[in-house]
Amino acid sequence: MAHRLQFALTVMFHYLFPILTMGLGFFIALLSTLELVTGESRYGAAAKFWAKIFAINFALGVVTGIPLEFEFGTNWSRFSSYGGSVFGQTLPMEGVYAFFLESGFLGLFLFGEGRVSRVVHWLAGVGVAVGSLLSGYFIIAVNAWMQHPVGYRLASDGTLHLVSFWAVLLNPYAGWQYAHTINGALLAAAYVMGAVGAFYLLCGRHLEFGRQTVKMAIVAGTILSLTQLFPTGDFNGADVVQYQPVKLAAMEGLFKTQQGAPLAIIGMPDTTRARLLDPIFVPDTLSFLAYGNFHATVKGLTDYPRDLWPPVDLTYYAYHIMVGLGTIFIAQMLLGLFLLWRRRLYSARWFLWTLMLALPFPYIANEAGWMVTEVGRQPWLVYGLLKTSAGTSANVAGGEAVFTLIGFCGIYALLSLLFVFLVGRVIHEGPEEAPPAA
Amino acid sequence: MNVVWFWTLAVMLTVYAVLDGFDLGVGAVHLWVARSNEERRVALNAIGPVWNGNEVWLLAAGGMMVVAFPRVYASGFSGFYLALMLVLWLLILRGASIEFRHQIDHPMWRALWDAGFGVSSLLLALLLGVALGNVVQGLPIEADGFFQGSFALLLNPYSLLTGLLSLVVLGWHGANYLRTKSEGALLARARRASLWLFWPAVALALLTTVATFHVKPNAAANFFVHPLAFVFPALAAAGFVGALVFHRDPTDRCPFWMSTLVIICLLVTAGATIFPNLLASTLNPAWSLTVYNAASSPRALRDAFIANGLGMIGVVVYTTYAHRAFRGKVRLGSHGY
Repeated sequence: MAHRLQFALTVMFHYLFPILTMGLGFFIALLSTLELVTGESRYGAAAKFWAKIFAINFALGVVTGIPLEFEFGTNWSRFSSYGGSVFGQTLPMEGVYAFFLESGFLGLFLFGEGRVSRVVHWLAGVGVAVGSLLSGYFIIAVNAWMQHPVGYRLASDGTLHLVSFWAVLLNPYAGWQYAHTINGALLAAAYVMGAVGAFYLLCGRHLEFGRQTVKMAIVAGTILSLTQLFPTGDFNGADVVQYQPVKLAAMEGLFKTQQGAPLAIIGMPDTTRARLLDPIFVPDTLSFLAYGNFHATVKGLTDYPRDLWPPVDLTYYAYHIMVGLGTIFIAQMLLGLFLLWRRRLYSARWFLWTLMLALPFPYIANEAGWMVTEVGRQPWLVYGLLKTSAGTSANVAGGEAVFTLIGFCGIYALLSLLFVFLVGRVIHEGPEEAPPAA
Repeated sequence: MNVVWFWTLAVMLTVYAVLDGFDLGVGAVHLWVARSNEERRVALNAIGPVWNGNEVWLLAAGGMMVVAFPRVYASGFSGFYLALMLVLWLLILRGASIEFRHQIDHPMWRALWDAGFGVSSLLLALLLGVALGNVVQGLPIEADGFFQGSFALLLNPYSLLTGLLSLVVLGWHGANYLRTKSEGALLARARRASLWLFWPAVALALLTTVATFHVKPNAAANFFVHPLAFVFPALAAAGFVGALVFHRDPTDRCPFWMSTLVIICLLVTAGATIFPNLLASTLNPAWSLTVYNAASSPRALRDAFIANGLGMIGVVVYTTYAHRAFRGKVRLGSHGY
């Protein structure tokens, strides 16, 4: 249990940083491109401002990411030894194809101005974005393999052997999962930009930067909040329906198998009595969402053996928090777009307040989404093949894992304080102002 | 293919030791060599654009170990559990120190992170050497391929000696790197540090060689099968001699290349000593994890080699470019730390 808690803590804390590096990298590359094309220095100043925040995130992403790569071996040694030669295929590729690109070019981007030509500097910005987006794919491929193992055969020594490299790399489960994850990261970055821009507009500083940033955030955020639902969320959900129907039942809090299953908007699962308390249902909708047919039969939890249920409460609430927040994001962004169109966006202080205060919610939604994926996969570590309890390190005592778990709690608490403090300072200092026009 | 993967991992870890070695070394000596705030900023900016990339070599090597030798990864990492967690925490502290120091312009804030950077670099250089010492010496691996690495087991005289060797050699390497990057008083102190660390490094290297034959009497067996391998310890010795001969090199570049040569040759020698074992069992030689019994299937090895080999070509090209873009002395400007 301590192994699971430690991994959950370290991976969830780590993921706070890649959300922004994956999302922000794209926007920095976009701003650098605008600078190169238009020659306007305000885009360059904005790119530089975000690169500062990116750099702090990246550094913390790296230092909190190294533990994860180690933990496969330190805490999950039986899992590594069992499936390493299959799921491990894409693990070093993350380093080889993505991290080298990201770290090498980030150095060039942050330190290289004046040392390299403008085009190379721009290329470095693009390299950072490509690297951070690629890194996501390789690690999602590992996770997708744990959700839906492919390309292996069970060898006589009890470990898995690789049958097809391409099957692992191009796992059908990975495609939409990746799209949904990256889309979520980009949306979070749009929200961070929106919140910072709104903050500047509300306190009357860096007005031009604020307007430019809020506008970019609203336009990108509207598109992204919609694509988060469809197609990425919808198709990712379809993969769950196809490969992990128990997870679907837990996500939706569906206990009894039903024809024309309803969609629970609100309700509290009661696992001992196998029912949903105080629910508000939309009739037949779950059947439609899962199978495209209002009368399709959806299997409920009680039709599966109890020991194959994931923790229902956690899966259910995480899923509902994610979907609920996603819906609110769409509404908020559409409203913002409407105000932008009516040219009232920059003066609608009430809206800017909501945009600024919305900052934590995309993070919560992203983390909740991962909780659905990972908690919902339980009790399996590799779906259908290896139980989580059989993957831990047998030679590491529970007490040792508790000790290191406490250590990680302490260090990460300290890191988060420093992070908030330092990013707060960067935002307080603001972007470099262009010299006033003559 | 198994043998190819052994040397691929060895090369990855050697490159890691050379690259992250100089920034660990800079960290280990900077409290002593760089005194003023400007000098410490020069030291940080000397490694600033590259240290993160250097650390990726370790990450990539770890990933490659999962796919090529999953049983070694599983056994080694879980066996060294607490020691590795310590390494992780130090890596976190070190990364945080580098990134946080320049954020606030206050002497106390800087002193705090200077100490964090110095201490974590020092301990990391030591611990990596301790780990290598234990790998060379062998571990009490049971029939199931696992062992339990308590501190009492890991901190033995031989591994402490290799830890010290690693610390001193990397410190020397870091001082040599600083020589290529600095000017003025800092350069003068880096030159002095480089010489002061040189003699202990030679002494410890000799002592370690003797001690290795003591804990592992057949350490030279592979060398007599492939006499060509004697080139590496010979070149390591040549590197030490070269460093002494070229110590006064006015461009300050030669000593750095010499310490690079020494680190490469020492590690390849260590690799040649343990081959074909990856983790040797001290309980029963048959329980050792070797490149044959701990490897993935031939297909997995081949595919992973192609997939990562292609990527590494690209990595080498742009890593070289990035390092070249920052060659020469550090000039403090508005950018950077």
